[in-house]
Amino acid sequence: MTLHPIVIELIQLLMILFLSPAFAGWVKIVKCRTQGRTAPGLLQPYRDIARLFAKDVVLAENASWVFRSTPYIVFGVTLMAGGVIPLISVDLPLADTADIIVLVMLFAIVRFCTALAGMDVGTAFGGMGSSREMMISSLAEPAMLMAVFTVSLAGSSTSLTQMVTVMSGHAFVIRPSLAFSLVAFVLIALAETGRIPVDNPATHLELTMIHEAMILEYSGRYLALIEWAGMMKLVIYFSLGTAVFFPWGISGSGDPLSLIIRALFFVAKLAAGGAVMVLIETGLAKMRIFRLPDYLGSAFLLATLGMIAFFILE
Amino acid sequence: MLLDYVSLSAAAAPLDIAGFSVLLLLGSALCAPFLSRWERLLIPAAFSLATVASLAAVHAGFTALVTGSNSAATVAMGLPGLPFNLRLDPLAGFFLVVIGLLSAFVSVYSIGYVRGYLGRRPTTQLVLFYLLFLAGMFLVVLADDAYLFLLAWELMAAASYFLVMYEDEVAANRRAAFLYLVVAHVGAIAILLSFGVMAGLTTGSGGFQSYTFDAMRAARLSPAWGAAAFFLSFFGFAAKAGVIPLHVWLPEAHPAAPSNVSALMSGVMLKTAIYGMVRVAFDLIREFPWWWGGIVLCFGLVSAVLGVLYALMQHDLKRLLAFHSVENIGIILIGLGLAMVFTSFQFHSLAALALVAALYHTLNHALFKGLLFMGAGAVIHSTNERNMEEMGGLIHQLPWTSALFLVGCVSISGLPPFNGFVSEWLTFQAFLLSPVLPHPLLKLLVPLGAALLALTGALAAACFVKAFGVTFLGSWRGHRRKEQISEVGPAMRLGMLGAALCCLALGVLPTFVIGWIDNIPQQLFGGEIAKSAGSYGWLWLTPYSPERASYSGPVVFFGILAMVAATYLLLHVRRAAIRRVPLWDCGFEKVTPRMQYTASAFAMPVRRVFGFFFAVREQVELVSPQNHPVMADTINYRLRIRDRFWGWFYQPLADISFWVARRAGKLQQGRIQVYLLYSFVTLIVLLVFL
Amino acid sequence: MSNALVIQLNTLLAALILLTSFALLVQRRMFAILHLFAWQGFFLGVSTAVIGFATGEHHLYISSLLTLVMKVLLLPYILYALIKKLKVHREIESIMNTSCTMFLGIALVIFSYHLTAPIRQLSTLVTRSTLAVALATVMLGMLMMVTRRHAVSQIIGFLAMENGLFFAATSATYGMPMVVELGVALDLLIAAFIFGIFFFHINTTFDSLDVDQMAKLKETD
Repeated sequence: MTLHPIVIELIQLLMILFLSPAFAGWVKIVKCRTQGRTAPGLLQPYRDIARLFAKDVVLAENASWVFRSTPYIVFGVTLMAGGVIPLISVDLPLADTADIIVLVMLFAIVRFCTALAGMDVGTAFGGMGSSREMMISSLAEPAMLMAVFTVSLAGSSTSLTQMVTVMSGHAFVIRPSLAFSLVAFVLIALAETGRIPVDNPATHLELTMIHEAMILEYSGRYLALIEWAGMMKLVIYFSLGTAVFFPWGISGSGDPLSLIIRALFFVAKLAAGGAVMVLIETGLAKMRIFRLPDYLGSAFLLATLGMIAFFILE
Repeated sequence: MLLDYVSLSAAAAPLDIAGFSVLLLLGSALCAPFLSRWERLLIPAAFSLATVASLAAVHAGFTALVTGSNSAATVAMGLPGLPFNLRLDPLAGFFLVVIGLLSAFVSVYSIGYVRGYLGRRPTTQLVLFYLLFLAGMFLVVLADDAYLFLLAWELMAAASYFLVMYEDEVAANRRAAFLYLVVAHVGAIAILLSFGVMAGLTTGSGGFQSYTFDAMRAARLSPAWGAAAFFLSFFGFAAKAGVIPLHVWLPEAHPAAPSNVSALMSGVMLKTAIYGMVRVAFDLIREFPWWWGGIVLCFGLVSAVLGVLYALMQHDLKRLLAFHSVENIGIILIGLGLAMVFTSFQFHSLAALALVAALYHTLNHALFKGLLFMGAGAVIHSTNERNMEEMGGLIHQLPWTSALFLVGCVSISGLPPFNGFVSEWLTFQAFLLSPVLPHPLLKLLVPLGAALLALTGALAAACFVKAFGVTFLGSWRGHRRKEQISEVGPAMRLGMLGAALCCLALGVLPTFVIGWIDNIPQQLFGGEIAKSAGSYGWLWLTPYSPERASYSGPVVFFGILAMVAATYLLLHVRRAAIRRVPLWDCGFEKVTPRMQYTASAFAMPVRRVFGFFFAVREQVELVSPQNHPVMADTINYRLRIRDRFWGWFYQPLADISFWVARRAGKLQQGRIQVYLLYSFVTLIVLLVFL
Repeated sequence: MSNALVIQLNTLLAALILLTSFALLVQRRMFAILHLFAWQGFFLGVSTAVIGFATGEHHLYISSLLTLVMKVLLLPYILYALIKKLKVHREIESIMNTSCTMFLGIALVIFSYHLTAPIRQLSTLVTRSTLAVALATVMLGMLMMVTRRHAVSQIIGFLAMENGLFFAATSATYGMPMVVELGVALDLLIAAFIFGIFFFHINTTFDSLDVDQMAKLKETD
């Protein structure tokens, strides 16, 4: 019994929706263990989100409709982006509506709206977060595009389903261009999702905040939506990486049993990736903001090297 | 159904309708000075006529574009033996649509905007030159010979000069208009020389017929002369389009002009230069080596990156928008350059993709830049401020303007589902297909261009977050008390709304637009993409092939709407309330509007990172009566940013011209015998050599 | 070992050598530079061994062993001892900022790719595609010598250039004659000793090994 593609799409959306807090919890557990602290439970992010939903919203007097609508837009667009990446099947109806460039631009919408919301309340924190975030994103975009370009050369397409199909057809072979692009992608993903060494997700010190500064005035269900969207964004970047660089175990038939097996395989990849990310985070310190151009410049360099390596060596 | 409409209206030939529109504009311009006593009636009447004329031109152009027709006519005006030749082919038709669509919206907007000048200044000149300006632009696009082209080009330049000089009691405006005039005429000379080269090399059909474009199309140009003709015309059109380094007049002239004029200048006048480039390169000189396209591509990349960096440093709203025009012209040139490179290697369908991307961006830019200038005009009209650092919190007073300006900001930042994204996506796809190029060096260098394009897109988004955030969000920063700032009138709102709706429509339904534009590459060099672009159905845009890349505007738009609506509805039924309280700001009580980020503050990280492109000088001064090193009464911060091109390019040019002029001035001896000697020597020389 | 696997391993090692050359360009800490140089030598040695195994040219094994001993163990150790004895500053500055150096590096790589294109078309060897990487390594070594301010970094740039030449030799002609190789290896060793003695004297005279300081030696103003 094969499931209809729309049902598979819904299952994938629900997976992203409900697995992302668990992923955030898992990352927290691994980080605390490596640092020798006691971790909160795996389900703590769910409790946090539920608590925030139940609370009143405290809204500034001069907040406009831009501020009030941003959490919904951010959440909706992130969910849409989650529907575009092939996670457990290549047979998704939404996947043909957007290729990898559209995906990058969907995240640009999220960033744009959040930056506007940061400017909306008229505090110094919001402006600071918005301006730093836009600087980082403007430096990360060329590097991201170069990495995408190299990968699309290897997969001869920018459509994600096509890339997954083509690359999982090849045997496991280390190609220098893809290796360079992978390292570049990891560096950029750390910058875009706001993890150490770019931005500390747990800080509220004004000198070190970037993402937190923009959402400082949000409370109640708005904050819940934005936090949840942040967790989903992390899972989505991670699944983008696996779809492009480790695409084995994504495509397959539509019957429920193999779907469940692929879903479990995806969860295993998530868990492993989360552990690797925690090791990177624990091993590095957060960089000063004006060192970030060097950092993103090396990401760009690696991506360009990957592209050159494709032409020279392959 | 669309074809029925077209065949019905084809009864009246499109060229006739276009001619009618031009005549309507010229006729109203002629009548306007006589009606200067009834200004209150003149303004709505004249601008409504302008709207009608623009819509007629849109209709004519659209018919020509969709049916792929190519009609010509000869009008026996002009000099005896040198009649005017007109032609309406798909390329001209497309540009008629671009010009006519935006000018229709701006004319509706002007009905409300120009009323603001009543009583302060005579508006007849504004009306008169506006109509002449529109007529000039339409004629440039319709011209089929060098004579009418240059005549219309001059009409356009002269009319816009007077429009820029409209508020002429401000010395800065006069200087800006003069600079504009100088650069425009330097460009016009270059274009004239280029046409001269092409006309001089036409074969057969002796005498006066060589100035027509038909004769130039038939001419065979040797590589050296072809390069001369192309680069002369590229220089001339680049001066008009505002390509770096000939961009210096743009940030001066566009803020000086009234906002409806700025919208037209930035939105469509720059596009006539693009029309000229496409016409000369693809229609008149048809074969060219790859390095011409490479040079165009390089200029496009430089203009795009430098334009957006300069724009980020501005705090005058209109100057910021003017620099963004430089950036977007750069993006259009990138598409054009790629198209030229692909054509020279005979990859016609890829060239069609790049050309369609460039032309689509032309249409998009006209609409969203026009919308942004109209919005800026509305803001300046309501607040009497041009400096962003004095504004803030206007979203509460100007709800419509801010919402429509936001549409413009989102479009220009290239975010889905609006139109800016579609043309940028198509340009990226053209870049990503460059590995088929046989030349090994090009294969490696063109992708670096794609990275620069991504950088410009991200910096543009940053700039518009700054522009919208500082102007409309937050609280009022100004030193003056906020007077009664009220929303602008219905005419202005209607004009902006029309442009915004077009932005959305062009973003959500790209397959139709591409189907219409596709006639142009077919006419010019026989490449087309519409077959593959619509091969998946009208919902999906697949420019090269469905496996290569696909984008579905409607599905993304409705998908986002559906998700957002679902989220809202599921969460709206909540027992948790919303409480309005003063700002939290981490518990800091004494928040004043002066503590917000200013425009210069927002741009500071980018200024630090990319600062080597400008001459930046920052000065911080502590005023402290007891000469204490840390505690101060006042802290003054001075920031000066200058365009380096003045020092590198224009100052040396000016110095050299003055030096040459001083040398030549030695001829003026002052004594009558010397002048008689000059005449005598000239007479002898002529007798000897002739 | 099948041909395809050899080619893959070879390209992977070439890519890693290129990566280490770039890292040498932008890295600032002295000991990190030494480690990177050792890694470069290691990749080079392994690559030579792999080619030797695939083509059956046994003299490449000896070259590989020589490279590994000299460039991974001996030379880095000599330089490490030198640095400890001189008690030099641990950071090396460069005359341009990181982004400029990187862009120049990329331009040089593209240039060497363009230069070696005709050879790639004519050659029939397994290793023909790595010639561009070898040439790029030579150029990046020279760039390192030009853009760094410290005398120790210049010697490392010189050694990196030699690495590139060695790699070019293996890519283009499956190695140099044995006599040439032994001669070059001996020359390198002696050069390292002589450099060490000179640096000691320079440091005693100037109290610094910053190259800009040595500009005081010129006679005109």
